[in-house]
Amino acid sequence: MSTIALVGNPNCGKTTIFNALTGTNQHVGNWPGVTVEKKEGKCRFENELYQVIDLPGTYSLGAYSEDEVVARDFILKGNPDVVINVVDATNIERNLYLTVQLLEMGVKVVIALNMMDEAEDKGIKIDTKALSQKLQVPIISTVASKNKGIDALIKQAIDVIKSEEAKSKKIPYGHEIDKEIEKLKHLLNQSNLNVEYPTDWIALKLLENDNYVVETIKKASADIIENVKRSIDNLTNSLGIDPEIAIVDKRYEFIERTIKNSIKKPDSQVQTTSDKIDNILTHKWFGLPIFALIMFVIYQLTFLIGEDIFGEMVAGGIETLGESLSAVLEGLNAPEMLIAFVADGIIGGIGAVLEFVPLIMTMYIFLGILEDSGYMARAAYVMDRIMRALGLHGKTFISMLIGTGCNVPGIMSTRTLESRKDRMVAILINPFMSCGAKLPIYLVFISAFFPKHGGTVLFFIYATSFIVALLMGKILSKTLFKGETSYFIMELPPYRMPTIKGVLIHMWDKVGAFLKRAGTIIFTVVTMLWILSVLPYGVEPHSEASILGRIGSFIAPIFKPAGFGTWQASVGLFAGIVAKEAVVATLGMVYAGVEEGAKLIAAVQQVFTPLTAVSYMLMTLLYTPCAAVIGTIKRETNSLKWALFTVVYTFAVAWICAVTVYQIGGLLGFS
Amino acid sequence: MNVQPLIFFSKGTKGTIYDFNGGKMLSKRIFEMGLNKGQEIEIIKNDVGPLVIGLQSSRIAIGRGMAYKIMFNPN
Repeated sequence: MSTIALVGNPNCGKTTIFNALTGTNQHVGNWPGVTVEKKEGKCRFENELYQVIDLPGTYSLGAYSEDEVVARDFILKGNPDVVINVVDATNIERNLYLTVQLLEMGVKVVIALNMMDEAEDKGIKIDTKALSQKLQVPIISTVASKNKGIDALIKQAIDVIKSEEAKSKKIPYGHEIDKEIEKLKHLLNQSNLNVEYPTDWIALKLLENDNYVVETIKKASADIIENVKRSIDNLTNSLGIDPEIAIVDKRYEFIERTIKNSIKKPDSQVQTTSDKIDNILTHKWFGLPIFALIMFVIYQLTFLIGEDIFGEMVAGGIETLGESLSAVLEGLNAPEMLIAFVADGIIGGIGAVLEFVPLIMTMYIFLGILEDSGYMARAAYVMDRIMRALGLHGKTFISMLIGTGCNVPGIMSTRTLESRKDRMVAILINPFMSCGAKLPIYLVFISAFFPKHGGTVLFFIYATSFIVALLMGKILSKTLFKGETSYFIMELPPYRMPTIKGVLIHMWDKVGAFLKRAGTIIFTVVTMLWILSVLPYGVEPHSEASILGRIGSFIAPIFKPAGFGTWQASVGLFAGIVAKEAVVATLGMVYAGVEEGAKLIAAVQQVFTPLTAVSYMLMTLLYTPCAAVIGTIKRETNSLKWALFTVVYTFAVAWICAVTVYQIGGLLGFS
Repeated sequence: MNVQPLIFFSKGTKGTIYDFNGGKMLSKRIFEMGLNKGQEIEIIKNDVGPLVIGLQSSRIAIGRGMAYKIMFNPN
């Protein structure tokens, strides 16, 4: 099967083209860096299957951050049969820099000139035929968001796969550099290295100090590297600047000459609608309050629509389902054990989690609207001042926002941070961000104790998570990860009207994963915990005497100072380390038998107080992340040590916060 | 010529990037991002927090520290 790779600058529409080609629904966000991993899909054309790879956006093959390394490595080592270079037509000069680098490599390239409609609106005229001739590469105009030009693109890509090998493009680098390239090329040819790239390209990359190429050649012949050093010294002397920088300059000169007669742009740039919106949303005084207000309104609406309106309906439905299921099983003379398992384990446990699906859906619809509109990048922008004051990088805030969905993609998104210091801090504070799976926990306690102020409590929970994460970030960057915060540079994508389809895809991404987990991991956990709660045989089910009860009783004393030292509460937290949804599922199960017909919320009202509810919510908000997140931290930091560190330090922070709130609250007379 | 760090210019100023006073790696990075020497840019916002510059139809936020290192030649 032939492989087609999609390459391009960040936010130029690669993933939209990927979706159009493969018919899949990958999440497309309106900010740079949504894709930090390569994604694979299949595309069928004239009865043949092709593998399509969507790569993270990159400006060049220089690979400065982890996500760019993923893209560069695939182009270099993955041997794609053709590369579709997605070029943003409204920004053609910048985008062509990467194109030139691809052409120099000698890979087969097709250009998808995307967002042609926006370019036309802006009065940019592109003579694609002339440009294609100059670059000697096929160009297809596309409007991926409206599915225009996709068939022509795939057809062209396949034609190129079938054509003979591409010749690498020669760009004149000036007499001095060209001479050194020639010299090195000669040397490379002589030494008969077994490399699959054209030797003049390798020579150029050696002069450019490309770390991947330098390392590869170093392994084969240290002698050549010595020669490269001499060439670089010679050139630095004769050019007066580093050859690396001179090469970049020459590429831009080449691009300028190339597009001279094929692109016409209006002389004066008018203030765009996006600029006008930004005058308000990123205003120097109002920017931050507006951000806080937007989040506040979102949580209020989430609670109103998701819980008060739809949540009740689903809860009622699940109850009815549970009753009729039990009735059916009783009618079938099913074993008592099975009936108990279905009633307490499945309906009581998993049902308790599913009740919150409408709320989670509503919240992600709102967050999806924010993401797709392009506001998220502005949120990072307005927060940069605060982040900087705390010694954190502005982009850390984006990884925190993504973490409110799930910490796994939140941690992955830190790949866009270039310095190790910034990235480590961003990874280690991400678990404090409250993920979607923790929502049901708050909702149980809010419904039990603060039903009138649901949205407000929710807003404060999220505000707390941000504050704790930011403070810990400051502490970490002052202690374990000292050093300068690296520079801040980030594109602000144009505002776009979110599409219903895009928002629904985004929502389903999250909710689908939630449901899937409820059916798999949560189901397994609940089943195992249920078994533990009825063993040893003969013990009263779900009681302190069961194995589960004993585990809980063993942990419980730790939480006494925080006010919730019961075995049930402890077991809930314990289960939450496997997956956060399991907290409510477990509570639902162990409290299902508390009183005949009592639901979880009623049970919680009996055993918790408003104060212990707050301290329990704080604990679940901040404590040790789930297994999937711990695994992600180990993978992304490449170290078990940091994964274990996170397990311990998040628990300590959560415990201290919960105890402080409970003790001080008690002194102030709350209960 | 009136070349000065970008940070000293106010909103609405148009001109070209003259050079970048930073290390080799960082220079190459920002040149490769499209902020290369001779590139025409416009200052869209410069009050508090990062500057926003217009480069063709893109808008790029640049930290103030970095804006200090970008040498700018106003028209």
